[in-house]
Amino acid sequence: MTNPNNATISTVHTAEFTSGHALQIPTLRILQDDGSIYPGAEVPQLDQATALKMYDSMQFIRILDERMLAAQRQGRISFYMQCLGEEAATVGSAAALDDKDMIMAQYREQGALRYRGFSLEQFMNQLFSNEKDLGKGRQMPVHYGSKDIYYMTISSPLGTQIPQASGYAYAQKLRGLKNTTICYFGEGAASEGDFHAGLNMAAVHKAPVIFFCRNNGYAISTPANEQFKGDGIACRGVGYGMKAIRVDGADILAVYKATQMARDYALEHEEPILIESIAYRLGAHSSSDDPSGYRSKEEEELWRKNDPISRYRLWLVKQGWLNEDEDKAKSDALRQEILDALKVAEKVAKPGIEHLMSDVYETPIPLLNEQLEELKAHIRKYPDAYPVTAGRFE
Amino acid sequence: MAKMNMLQAINNALDLAMAKDDGVLCFGEDVGHFGGVFRATSKLQEKYGKARCFNTPLTEQGIAGFANGMAAQGMKPVAEIQFADYIFPAFDQIVNETAKFRYRSGNEFNVGGLVFRTPYGGGIAGGHYHSQSPEAYFAHTPGLKIVVPRDPAQAKGLLLAAINCPDPVIFFEPKKLYRASVGEVSEEYYEIPLGKAEVLQQGKDVTVLAWGAQMEIIQKAVDMAQAEGISCEVIDLRSIQPWDVDTVAESVMKTGRLVINHEAPLTGGFAAEIASTIQKKCFLHLESPIERVCGLDIPYPLALEKEYVPDHLKTYEAIKRSVNF
Repeated sequence: MTNPNNATISTVHTAEFTSGHALQIPTLRILQDDGSIYPGAEVPQLDQATALKMYDSMQFIRILDERMLAAQRQGRISFYMQCLGEEAATVGSAAALDDKDMIMAQYREQGALRYRGFSLEQFMNQLFSNEKDLGKGRQMPVHYGSKDIYYMTISSPLGTQIPQASGYAYAQKLRGLKNTTICYFGEGAASEGDFHAGLNMAAVHKAPVIFFCRNNGYAISTPANEQFKGDGIACRGVGYGMKAIRVDGADILAVYKATQMARDYALEHEEPILIESIAYRLGAHSSSDDPSGYRSKEEEELWRKNDPISRYRLWLVKQGWLNEDEDKAKSDALRQEILDALKVAEKVAKPGIEHLMSDVYETPIPLLNEQLEELKAHIRKYPDAYPVTAGRFE
Repeated sequence: MAKMNMLQAINNALDLAMAKDDGVLCFGEDVGHFGGVFRATSKLQEKYGKARCFNTPLTEQGIAGFANGMAAQGMKPVAEIQFADYIFPAFDQIVNETAKFRYRSGNEFNVGGLVFRTPYGGGIAGGHYHSQSPEAYFAHTPGLKIVVPRDPAQAKGLLLAAINCPDPVIFFEPKKLYRASVGEVSEEYYEIPLGKAEVLQQGKDVTVLAWGAQMEIIQKAVDMAQAEGISCEVIDLRSIQPWDVDTVAESVMKTGRLVINHEAPLTGGFAAEIASTIQKKCFLHLESPIERVCGLDIPYPLALEKEYVPDHLKTYEAIKRSVNF
C-alpha cells in the first residue's frame, strides 16, 4: 500500500494509537560542567583562533547586555533585551557557518551578530537610534541588521522570518550559491502559523535552511509547558519530513558540532534541518518585563549554575588556550570600552527629518514630498516643540 | 465611585462580566497567572480558575480562531491580542470568519459575544511594531463593531456593552493612557451604548472630532483656540463602527466646520470616511473644507516620533485654517 507521497505504508489489523510521546529526541552534550569532555563524545574540529573568537563574542555580549540594561534603567536608552544564558546557542551556531550564510534572527541573537563582526559602535548607534544607525533610527533598540555581514534586519512580529528563511534559502539554491540560511526563533514563536508554513515549505521545496529553535523555557511569562505538549520542538521537524537534532544550548561545543553537521547536510542534500537548543532565558524577557511575577528565584538559581560561559572557559583553560588573569584584564578593558562608546553614541544627532520619508518607497511618492514640506513649514513655526529636527533643515 | 486608571477599570469590567455570566472567559498570551503584559487581567485566574482565564500558545490566528469557535458555541470569549500591531496573523480569522459568521450562515450560527481586546497607538517609544492604530482595516469589514474608549469610566462602560453585544466587537485600548489616565469610576455594573458619539463641549465655530488617546490631544488644541476666541465643539466618536453620523452631522450643521484627528496614517484612515459622509450630509452648511490631522503616510517611526504624530499644535493650526478659510 502506498500513499500519494509514494511512501510505503505498513498496515496493521488491530486499532492502536501511536502515543503523542512516542518520539523522544535525546539532547546532545559534549562539554561537562567542569569543562571536561563527556566520555565517548567527539569534540568538533576547532582551531584556537576560532575557539577564542567564540569566547570573546560570548564575553562581549555578556558585558554589553549587563552595561546596556543598566543604561536602560538610567533612562539613557528606551528599551533593551538581554541574551543572558543563551550566549553559547547564538555564538556557537553562528561560528559553524560561512560568513556569507544568511542569518535571519528573532531579536535575542546578538551573539551571532557579534560573531559576524558587528562593531561596538554599530551596536551603540542602533541602541541610541542616532543618525549613524544603519536602520536610520526607525526601530526600537536591539532591532539590528546589516547587509554587509549577511544579517537580516530584525522585525518584532514573531515567527515572520521563518517562511522568509525558507524562501531565501530556496533562492540561494536556485542561484547556485554554496550558502545556507540560518533562521532563529523561540519555542513561543514556534506556535505561530508561520512556523508551520515555513517548515513545510522548506521541506517540500528542499530549501537548504537551518531552523534553529532557541527553546529557552519562557515566552515572556508563559512557560514552555503551557506553550506546547509533547516532546518539544525538535520532533516537529520529523513530522515535516526533515532531519532534526536537540542540543544543550549552554554547551557551545554541542551547538557548534550540531550546526556544522546541519550546514554540511543542508548544502549537500539541499534539505532543511531543525535544531532545537535547550537553554534558559536567565534574564527578563525585556527591560519592560519583571520575571518575579511568574517564576521563582530558586528556579533561576538552578539554571544560573548551568552558565554557558563559565563551562566553556574551563574547557579553554584546560586546553591551555586561555589564561584566566589575562581574561580578567581583557573583560575590565572591555567594560571601559563599552562605556566610552556609549558616551560617544548618545551624543550623536538623531537622523534628519528627510529620513521620515526615505525608504517608504525606493523613491518618495509625491504625496510624501508634499507631507514633508508641510511638516517642515510647521516645524519652522514651532521650533521649540520639535527640538530633534528644528533648525537642521533649510 | 473609586479612583481607577484605565487598566484597573478594564480589569474591574472583566471581573464584573465574569462574575455575572459563567460564559465569559479571558484568554491570550500571558493573560493567565501573570495577568497580561499590561496586567489588564490581573487576579482573574486566581478568582475564576484556569478554565476561564488562561494563557494561550503564542499564536494570534489560533487565539482568534479559538475565540470564534467558543463564541459559535454560545460562550462570550474576551480574547486579548497583546499588541494591535500583532493582530495581523489573526486578520483572516477576524475578517473572513468573525465578521461573516452570521451573514454567511443565514443566521444559523453567529459569534456574538466575542470581544477582541487589544492595546493600540503610539506615544510609548514603541517604533513600528508597538504603536500602530489599525482601526481602519477593520472598519472596512462589514460585520465587526469597533470601539475605542478615551478614559477609565468610558473603558469600563463600553467594554461591558461590548461583552453584552450580540455582534463581535474589536475593542481598541489606548495603551498610552493605561496608567496615565485616572478618573472616578463607578464600582457598579454599567454599560455605555455602542455606536453613540459624545459631545464633550458645546461650541459654535468649529467641530473638533477624535477618539481614544487623541481626545486629550484635541482638547489641548481646543484650549489654545478658545484662548483666541474660537468657540469649539468637541466630540468623542467612541465607536468607529457603527459611527454616530447624526451627532456629527448635527454638530457640523451648527458650526459649519469640521476638524478630524487620528493617529493612523492619513490615506485610507477613518477620517476619510467621516469627511466623505459629512460633506454629503452637510454640504450646504460647510464654511470651509473638512480638515484631517493624521499620522504621516509612513510606517510609525521611533527617533522622529514627535514629528510624526498629529499633535496639539498641528490640530491647533488646522482649527485656525478651518476658521480663517
